[in-house]
Amino acid sequence: MDTFFEFFSFSDPSIVAVVIGSILLTASSAVVGTFTFLRKKALVGDAVAHAVLPGICLAFILSGTKNPFFLIIGAFVTGWLSLVLIDNITTRSKIKEDSAIAIILSVFFGIGILMLTHIQHSGNASQTGLDSFLFGKAAALVGKDLITFGIVAVILMVTVSLFFKELKLIAFDMNYAKSLGLPVKAIDLLLTTLTVLAVVTGIQAVGVILMAAMLITPAAAARFWTNDVKTMTIIAATMGAISGLIGAYVSYVAPAMPTGPWIVMIISAVALLSFFIAPKRGIISRAVDQRKLQYQIMDENLLKALFHLGEKNDDTYKGRTAEEIIEKRHFPKARLMSSLKRLKREGFLKKKNGLWAFTEAGRIKGQRVVKLHRLWELYLSKYVKIAADHVHEDAETIEHIITPEIEAELERMLEYPEMDPHEERIPY
Amino acid sequence: MDAFYIITVSTLIAISCGILGCFLILRKMAMVGDAISHAVLPGIVLAYFITGTRDSIWMIVGAGMLGIFTTFLIEFFHKKARLQTDAAIGVTFTWLFALGIILISVFAGQVDLDQDCVLYGEIAYVPIDLWITESGQNYGPRALHVSYIVLILIVLFVRVGFKQLYLTTFDPAFAATVGISVSLWNYLLMGAVSMTTVASFDSVGAILVVALLVAPPATAYLLTDKFKYMLIITCIIAVIISFFGYYLAVYLDGSIAGAIVTVAGILFMLAFLFSPSNGIVFKRYLQKKEAAKLSQEPAQ
Repeated sequence: MDTFFEFFSFSDPSIVAVVIGSILLTASSAVVGTFTFLRKKALVGDAVAHAVLPGICLAFILSGTKNPFFLIIGAFVTGWLSLVLIDNITTRSKIKEDSAIAIILSVFFGIGILMLTHIQHSGNASQTGLDSFLFGKAAALVGKDLITFGIVAVILMVTVSLFFKELKLIAFDMNYAKSLGLPVKAIDLLLTTLTVLAVVTGIQAVGVILMAAMLITPAAAARFWTNDVKTMTIIAATMGAISGLIGAYVSYVAPAMPTGPWIVMIISAVALLSFFIAPKRGIISRAVDQRKLQYQIMDENLLKALFHLGEKNDDTYKGRTAEEIIEKRHFPKARLMSSLKRLKREGFLKKKNGLWAFTEAGRIKGQRVVKLHRLWELYLSKYVKIAADHVHEDAETIEHIITPEIEAELERMLEYPEMDPHEERIPY
Repeated sequence: MDAFYIITVSTLIAISCGILGCFLILRKMAMVGDAISHAVLPGIVLAYFITGTRDSIWMIVGAGMLGIFTTFLIEFFHKKARLQTDAAIGVTFTWLFALGIILISVFAGQVDLDQDCVLYGEIAYVPIDLWITESGQNYGPRALHVSYIVLILIVLFVRVGFKQLYLTTFDPAFAATVGISVSLWNYLLMGAVSMTTVASFDSVGAILVVALLVAPPATAYLLTDKFKYMLIITCIIAVIISFFGYYLAVYLDGSIAGAIVTVAGILFMLAFLFSPSNGIVFKRYLQKKEAAKLSQEPAQ
């Protein structure tokens, strides 16, 4: 616990550096990731992340130092090269994009590993720490490095906010952007460059192997909370920053632990939580909505069946047994009973001596469904010219969806008809 | 003798991976293969920790199940959460891989595994790691036995299920109409991929196994249009990359697995440029010839 306060009181200036650094790195990659995610190029980021390894090694071999400036340039070159190659392989051969990504990713990484092991075996003393690029080490962010990485991160965020509108356009509708006269190719190139830059900076915190998560996961999580790109970018950046902060803490408390995996675990937990509990788009809320709709359809069908039963002998309010209803229309018994109880609770039905009967409200509701069904059948046969024996199925679905506005429109268009195509009375 | 063992083991692994990879790339599932090879890591670490040995059947079974779980999770995120496929893959495997790395750090000292081993395996140790029975009988390198058993299993699997795999790969709609369960064979294939990944893990590590899954089949795919030839060429490439990869690694004093993958990449680039049927150089030459022929023809 002591370390917790020690860390979060930010009394040690080196802690401040590490915290600012990791937050900047993770947040900026989350921002760029939002756009690669929306362009459905999420895995390309994975390829770039792996492909920067040979660049870093090459820069080290050529310069002989671990100066972050050289390493960033090296990483940038091979990261960029990997994207060009993926693009070329997919457009110029029959290899599909997924295979191209997998090949470039693994081969570049293999070359990187070959170089890295070669450097390590060469006995060059200054190479130690080069492998912290593999799994990330936020705590290694000090002074000079922090400035370099920090500057790149700031450049990234500024560029994204400057070209926000353009990036948004090409993410959603390439052709529309083209027709507006936007330099689509140039913007795409900008996004590519930003992706490479984001990867190059992020690897210090997360490492090359898990860098993909920093691009993909915050964006995927943020997508569940909003439909607005700006909000989504901000949410993704915040989630990224939080995971970066906690990652820095872990790195501080347990120096032997690689930071990257912890950051990824945290952001993944946030994402998983979002997938399930986010309102509207989340799995739970979607399941609830679906269940509600199922209930609604079941209830409406039941009321409709009751109304049909009453139509024959004009005894709409007569009580009926569950068996009678099933005879009219087959419902699974258990679902029928739960629906009957639900409708009673909501005041649409009442139960007397084991018989179920309409209340006033229930009759109105059942009648409306029947009316909508028949109106729609008539509409289909009259305006869409579908044969009368083919319209039932369609009406069966649409009757639960038609809004009062459409209902009024249908009535007006069909001039309050008396009969549907099957010569059945349309109840008003 | 050491070189012979190493090259043999890596060839056997590369052939197993390549055969499965042929199906993967034609199903456009190369990245799912990538995801599985990352995602089995926590299973491997836990199995090491629980059983304390490397050569346990439980490890292969456990990791195989984790691979199927990964496939399921990707489908689940895609279908239930309506997450786009690429993001579903990305989220799933990075999370499981991160978990695996953390487990390695937590169990460090208790488990004979380190991050380097995860990254590029320890194929150089193949000749040292011998399989010696309790009575002292020496049966040679253990990895050798594992790799040929896996190869036999894979060949059997593909041989027995060839029709089903072939049909579900090329025409899933038709396969479904003749009563072949597309999703069952998908899961079986993914199970096979995870088992192979686990078996290859010691030798080439979790990430480079992807290269063996994808690069040789893709190279073969550029050289032929017939599926049977594609399988055969993949096997030939497996031999070539293992042989030259080993000597490249010796020459550079670097990781053998890394070198094998490097050679695989070079072969792919060569096929991409110079393949007689699909290479871009040859295609350009054909186009030029065609253009010349057209311009020579007298205008009608």
